Amino acid sequence: MTTHIEELLQRDSFIERSARSRAKALLDAGSMRELAGPFDRLHSPWLAMQQLVTQADDGVVVAKGLLAGQPTVVLAIEGAFQGGSMGEAGGAKIAGALELAARDNRRGIPTQAVILFETGGVRLQEANLGLAVIAEIQSAIVDLRRYRPVIGVSAGTVGCYGGMSIAAGLCSYLVLTREARLSLNGPQVIEQEAGIAEFDSRNRALIWGLTGGEQRFATGLADACVQDDTAEVRATLVGLFAQGLPERHRSERADDFLAALARVDTGTQSTPADVRTVYAKGAQ
Amino acid sequence: MEQMNTQRGATWLRLLANGAAPAHDSPSVKACDAQLAGQPARYIAVVPDPAGRFPRARAGEVGLVEGWQLARAVQEVVAMDREAAVKRPIVAVIDVPSQAYGQREEAYGIHQALAGAAGAYAEARLAGHPVIGLVVGLAMSGAFLAHGYQANRLVALDDPGVMVHAMGKASAARVTLRSVEALEKLAASVPPMAYDIGNYASLGILWEVLQVSDPAQPNEVDLALVRHTLEAALADILQDTARDLSGRLHGKHRQASRRVRELLATQWEAAT
Repeated sequence: MTTHIEELLQRDSFIERSARSRAKALLDAGSMRELAGPFDRLHSPWLAMQQLVTQADDGVVVAKGLLAGQPTVVLAIEGAFQGGSMGEAGGAKIAGALELAARDNRRGIPTQAVILFETGGVRLQEANLGLAVIAEIQSAIVDLRRYRPVIGVSAGTVGCYGGMSIAAGLCSYLVLTREARLSLNGPQVIEQEAGIAEFDSRNRALIWGLTGGEQRFATGLADACVQDDTAEVRATLVGLFAQGLPERHRSERADDFLAALARVDTGTQSTPADVRTVYAKGAQ
Repeated sequence: MEQMNTQRGATWLRLLANGAAPAHDSPSVKACDAQLAGQPARYIAVVPDPAGRFPRARAGEVGLVEGWQLARAVQEVVAMDREAAVKRPIVAVIDVPSQAYGQREEAYGIHQALAGAAGAYAEARLAGHPVIGLVVGLAMSGAFLAHGYQANRLVALDDPGVMVHAMGKASAARVTLRSVEALEKLAASVPPMAYDIGNYASLGILWEVLQVSDPAQPNEVDLALVRHTLEAALADILQDTARDLSGRLHGKHRQASRRVRELLATQWEAAT
């Protein structure tokens, strides 16, 4: 018990860090340069138009540097600003940086990328431009992952939702914590669209049971479930980058997933255990 | 709203593909091989399947099965042409009311299924397949990301039944803590928040907006216009060396996107 408490006290929480602090902690000491940072004043023009609070970095940190000596760009979403939602400026920062990383690779510099997903998805105050930049982020991930891995991390506590969960599904590898949730439609939206009988948005055990980091890892929809510990997150990334590209990206495995889905009993709702059974056989 | 439009995808697919039989027996994702500009092309649409196994994906929504079926239909084209010098075009015929909203969908990872579809389209485009998205009805949110939004060129019909948006009005109001009325009022003055195709076109993401007499039951003139535009889009893609989505960044409402990219490009080199 004592050792457990000491361990907790000594742990350097990744979740409690801001986006900027997370990026800095992942990159090799002294190597981080922030691009298109707060002094460039990239406030969202669309939030301002609606008299809503803006932020000079629009909630996204672009950090270029080295990870274990390898050229790396970290794209960190700040969950504390507008729920980590993707607006035009913040989304363009992610897409634009990934595009430059892909260009680096075409020029012989093997730049790799980490995306820290803390996001509810499209920023609804910028609706269609949020959706458009997410399509551009997805395009850039698919381009870059032809050369070097793009690794997604969702630590919590916001989680990874909406169009950005699709972007996470395009990553070469995905690292989650037990606190993270990875899901397309948020529980509130499902309840709104389909009724409380379909999904009770107040049932937290159900939400984490089906979409939490532990379950996503156990069902093969994520590659690692790590402790909320900065050193462990970093070491996991270094290890995955060292593996290089996966033989096939998860998003390319249509046949495996279709075969697994054919085994689902759709007559009832599925439990977390059902999902583990279905995905244990063939989708892995 | 959803019922009104869901036949459009099937109708336009049948007309554009000259009634060609689908390449697979999937009831909700139809992939038909037919000609475009005198060369082989694949046309793909998501259509309603009232008998679908997943109850929340029976009205034309993109669900788990639809996402992976789309991925398969597109991957197949890339595989067929892997050694070919000329890569066949893919036309996504888009009329998708939404992604499927359900507990089963989240349990089995609908985000991953939609990533399968979006990734397949992006890979096809990067491999040199001209990809054209034709919006004939609804193009909503995750469903549009999975089916069409990765296209080199997007063409939409100018019609009140043609809409692009990130979320339905009731849900968007709930999430943003606004009333539906307040949301509609804002949508009238903030272009990216609007639901109509005119405001969407002002964002500069569409390559062309077409006037047809009846988008639900097109006549010969409508069909000829759409065919001609698809051929023109194909020609425009073929003369373009870019395989990315940069053609969407020129609109008057994309200033922030351009400014961010300029800054990044300048600072990127300096940071090495």
